[in-house]
Amino acid sequence: MLDDFFTRALLAGIGVALTAGPLGCFVVWRRMAYFGDTMAHSALLGVALSLFFQINLLLAVFGVAVLVSLLLLVLQRRQSLSADALLGILSHSTLAIGLVLVAFMTWVRIDLIAFLFGDILAVTPADIALIWGGGIVVVAALALLWRPLIASTVSEEVAEAEGMKPAQTRLFFMLLMALVIAIAMKIVGIMLITSLLIIPAATARRFSSSPEWMAVLASLIGALAVIGGLFGSLQYDTPSGPSIVVAALALFILSLLPAMRKHPAGPAASQGVR
Amino acid sequence: MNVRGGGDRAEDQLVSLKGTGIRRDGRWLVRGIDLSIRRGEVVTLIGPNGAGKSTTAKLAIGVLRPDEGSVARMRGLRIGYVPQKLAVDWTMPLSVRRLMRLTAPLADAEIMTALTATGIAHLLDAEVRHLSGGEFQRALLARAIARKPDLLVLDEPVQGVDFAGEAALYELIRSIRNATGCGILMISHDLHMVMAGTDTVICLNGHVCCRGTPETVSQSSDYMKLFGGSARSIAVYNHHHDHTHLPDGRVEHSDGSVTDHCHPQDGHHHDKGGHDHEGHDHPHNGDHAHQHGHNHHQSSQTGGSARA
Repeated sequence: MLDDFFTRALLAGIGVALTAGPLGCFVVWRRMAYFGDTMAHSALLGVALSLFFQINLLLAVFGVAVLVSLLLLVLQRRQSLSADALLGILSHSTLAIGLVLVAFMTWVRIDLIAFLFGDILAVTPADIALIWGGGIVVVAALALLWRPLIASTVSEEVAEAEGMKPAQTRLFFMLLMALVIAIAMKIVGIMLITSLLIIPAATARRFSSSPEWMAVLASLIGALAVIGGLFGSLQYDTPSGPSIVVAALALFILSLLPAMRKHPAGPAASQGVR
Repeated sequence: MNVRGGGDRAEDQLVSLKGTGIRRDGRWLVRGIDLSIRRGEVVTLIGPNGAGKSTTAKLAIGVLRPDEGSVARMRGLRIGYVPQKLAVDWTMPLSVRRLMRLTAPLADAEIMTALTATGIAHLLDAEVRHLSGGEFQRALLARAIARKPDLLVLDEPVQGVDFAGEAALYELIRSIRNATGCGILMISHDLHMVMAGTDTVICLNGHVCCRGTPETVSQSSDYMKLFGGSARSIAVYNHHHDHTHLPDGRVEHSDGSVTDHCHPQDGHHHDKGGHDHEGHDHPHNGDHAHQHGHNHHQSSQTGGSARA
């Protein structure tokens, strides 16, 4: 079954979508969309460094994303510029440096478009193993950290006062985000990763009665977008990464239609999780 | 000083600050704070805007770290915290029930008990973002008390609560102290509460101005000086205002002169504090109406210098 490129693409895409759902909810709740974008854009710098130093691509992308987020924390603490200005600087300069470095390395030929917009049809069984393995790690970590994550999203001060460690929680969250960006890069590409985090979560919001339910729904909606996008791209011969994002957007717009009245999954869903 | 009497024993000490100060951008927010809270003790912080009340509370519970002095908390101290500000992002679907379990698991029965106590049991499954300011405040208070904390820290716990509700919530806070023997650190602008339900009042203005029982503090000259202007918002019993506090903190007197501080002889300061209010000839309700009027007046005057 894994012989078929389309099946592999489906498996890889669904794996990424399931992982991105809960994480994307936190991106939305914590208003970190631009932050996610910045981490994603820095991935190209990771790609360039991995080519230059001949190190593992995933490791390099993950490392650069973590470094950029730490750098942002340090810069924010100095409060010389607003957070969004800093994000803008880091986001585009890391992307630009990555592009320049790649251009300098005349001895390597890489398909930039594949990195920028994804190359889901070229995933290998090893990629799928990585996506699902990494995804399980991310989802398990989120489940373990769930209460402190939610608590510090609502109020870092209350979380801290009542015995949690929101600074640590935030750091863990950034590591998870860097990991997801590293493994999702091949599917939708650097430019579109954040859309896979944000759009399904935003779509899930209207149908959710609890944070837990919203996380689950975001995963399912993301998976639906992957399936729709891939079939659409097959049907109309469109690029697959952008097609997935367009499918996600279509679901989001559908969810806004008045006919799709808020239909919460019932209090049972929210009661089930403590 | 602790009217409940009892121990100065170390194990009763929940939190103690010694010479604590915190600095931001080269400016001391508060400095030289000595403060301790024992089991069963209600300590209320009062002071003008920017006096460092919330900052002091955050130092006490470890949300802020001191730049000088020390903060000692009892080992395993369980804190219930109602912050001054809390905004739940509207993108997060959060019911009151889920909010109650924010930092620790809680049985449904415990949730209901706490919500009933604060009068919002009917809002159990309401979404937090649809609550009114007063309802949200009640939910936050319920959440804090449901934890059965050793120390309850309440930063203006009744803001936005309607007038009848205020008295009931203060009564509830008192009864929690009596029932559980927890310590309470409160920031309040309500002189009634300060007078009636507090063991120790600490008057702040970047440092500890004065402290003691409500009776002694309300008669102290430091309190008079500090609350000369700001007391308009809480000094329910004084009605002769012959000077105005300028936005920069200076004081303009009726004769047009401007000084750094109020004079002790400034009009309403001669009125005695709350301790003799029984002899006051204003009807009780009238007093409150008056107080509210001054609240607005006060905020428009000092709004520019307000800070957390």
